[in-house]
Amino acid sequence: MLKTFKKGGVHPAENKLSADKAILKLPLTSKASILVSQHIGAPAKIIVNKGDVIKVGQLIAQSAGFVSTNIHSPFSGKVARIDTITDNSGYKKEAVIINVEGDEWLDTIDRSDTLVTENNLDAKEITDKILSAGIVGLGGATFPTHVKLMPPPGLKAEILLINGVECEPYLTSDHRLMLEKGEEILIGTKLIMKSLHVEKAVIGIEKNKPDAIKLLSELSKKYKNISICPLKVKYPQGGEKQLIKAITGYEVPSGALPVSIGAVVNNVGTAFAVYEAVMKNKPLFERVVTVTGQAIKEPSNFRVRLGTPVSELIEAAGGLPEDTARIISGGPMMGKAIASADVPITKGTSGILIISEKEGHRKPIGNCIRCGRCISVCPMGLEPYLLMALSEIKNWEHVESEKVMDCIECGSCSYTCPANRPLLDHIRFGKNKVSGIIRSRK
Amino acid sequence: MSESLIYTIIILSTIGIAAAIILYLIARKFYVYEDPRIGQVEEALPAANCGGCGYAGCRAFAEAIVKDNSLADKFCPVGGNEVMDKIATIMGLTAEKKAPRTAVVRCNGTCEHRPKTHNYEGVKTCAVAAMNYSGETDCQYGCLGFGDCCVVCDFDAIHMNPETGLPEVNDEKCVACGACVEACPKNLIELRKVMPKYRKVYVACRNMDKGGPARKACTVACIGCGKCEQECKFDAITISNNLAFIDSDKCKLCRKCAPVCPTNAIIEENFPPPKNKETEEKLKTTAEA
Repeated sequence: MLKTFKKGGVHPAENKLSADKAILKLPLTSKASILVSQHIGAPAKIIVNKGDVIKVGQLIAQSAGFVSTNIHSPFSGKVARIDTITDNSGYKKEAVIINVEGDEWLDTIDRSDTLVTENNLDAKEITDKILSAGIVGLGGATFPTHVKLMPPPGLKAEILLINGVECEPYLTSDHRLMLEKGEEILIGTKLIMKSLHVEKAVIGIEKNKPDAIKLLSELSKKYKNISICPLKVKYPQGGEKQLIKAITGYEVPSGALPVSIGAVVNNVGTAFAVYEAVMKNKPLFERVVTVTGQAIKEPSNFRVRLGTPVSELIEAAGGLPEDTARIISGGPMMGKAIASADVPITKGTSGILIISEKEGHRKPIGNCIRCGRCISVCPMGLEPYLLMALSEIKNWEHVESEKVMDCIECGSCSYTCPANRPLLDHIRFGKNKVSGIIRSRK
Repeated sequence: MSESLIYTIIILSTIGIAAAIILYLIARKFYVYEDPRIGQVEEALPAANCGGCGYAGCRAFAEAIVKDNSLADKFCPVGGNEVMDKIATIMGLTAEKKAPRTAVVRCNGTCEHRPKTHNYEGVKTCAVAAMNYSGETDCQYGCLGFGDCCVVCDFDAIHMNPETGLPEVNDEKCVACGACVEACPKNLIELRKVMPKYRKVYVACRNMDKGGPARKACTVACIGCGKCEQECKFDAITISNNLAFIDSDKCKLCRKCAPVCPTNAIIEENFPPPKNKETEEKLKTTAEA
């Protein structure tokens, strides 16, 4: 029997429309806007000025703290201005706006396609390279990777898990990356293992990607200590804690870091970015984005420079269908509708999903019928109906004691609720409030 | 028969007397002295338990006054100066006089002035909506229109106007407890000094964007041009972050600022209709146009 996590989970329709579409390169945009907060943690500090001439790969914003990271220019040209632009949520955020001219790269970056398999950097040097390349978790959470590679004192990583699960319906960017850059991902895995001083790595892939499992199993024979673990298809298996439970059988205690039980999880996209940063000296300024949806003409996977407007990706995939209700950044389960199609692609954009009028609206909300389905699907063992009720009456103390901070916001509860109750909206609000209260206590 | 009756009476009386003595002793032993003034102060308070004073309720406020034995930084906005004077007499202190205040909503982004550009279908409360998105219009600073301020008002003083989609304050009912100020995630509501006949002159905008984007999002947005600041003789108007602010403590209601505002962001309320012929004609022509 295939491995999976035990508690909860759902299985939404997979709809992997773009699974057999090779990754395409998108033509360069003419005007790019690079947000300085593309990651969890402090926004990076801008170090370029208006009028500066910059090259591809040049540092434009510097990490502002431990949990923060660098941002590099994905384009060459002139800095048009430093301004605020609307981000996904519609709020204005600071960004560097670049007038793109040509495509001139920094000389230090190795642009060839040749595979570099060996280098003699030690663990510290690899971590430093990852830090300076501005790598964050590319699964969508955008947590700076170097922080994961430096466990707090007293904790030691024992196993590295590489997340090739891609449990979100519709998204295929990780799947395509595994098929096309399998070797690079394995080398990246090797590098992360070295920097963490771990002896064992497992790549978890869900059974609905048999070609990726086959290819990586074949390739991994060459690499000692890296194995492939096929997993049962279940959402949210790509969650850090769910993946650890599925592969190792251990559960991360409530409130603790995964490294407290010796596990570190990284996405396949991150492993590839690590390979590029360490072996090719290429900072993170590109990523694979799936553009998909039932109504879109050509669901595709693109390799995009960060800062490209979302509208250009949609154009490249056959244009915006007429009856579009929502444009979602990310997948249908955890993604967020974006306020405008002019927002730029960021490090965390794993997909662009076009939702039609037919699918794109919430159904009328009914009363809770106490069926308990939200409890049975919650992968963290929480009681979503209770958290929502407590959050509605603003009983934050009780919300906290019901472990709201364990919620991974996977949305399984809202997906399952037969009364269409907006469970996750309220829980997320409660989580936001409680985390504010916890921070103010310190 | 009579014997058993007598015994019963004797036994029960003995138990009763013994229990009374024990209770008396225990009450003496665990007696807690409470300042009688706490009760008196609490009685003088309006018992609204609104939290406008910054304490958990009227009782907590009374306890705090008696404990600190001072009225510094303590004010009951519901009772106002009258109640504070009463408390001062009880405490043998003098109360600081404070001008009464009223809540003012600083947004005039009606559907007409501020076109809807997005569609939000999530939970219909301002707090949840503001956490996820900037709002249904291009103005990220404006009113969301879900009425969190109306829900928290204990005095029935603020209501949504369905025509404009904005909350409106009933000045006679508002006690300036500040519950709506706390509830508004966009920080739109301000407590301003009450002027005679509830007259007010204020900037009904919180948009801190530069002129162009602000104006594009809302036709009555403050663009921070500074014309009103130059016009004001009392230094009541300040501009910061592309936004004008009229200090109600300094404003003398001269109304010189409102006519110079190019976007009509300054609102005059509760003034009698203009008598001057010139302005009347002006109004007529604008109405006709």
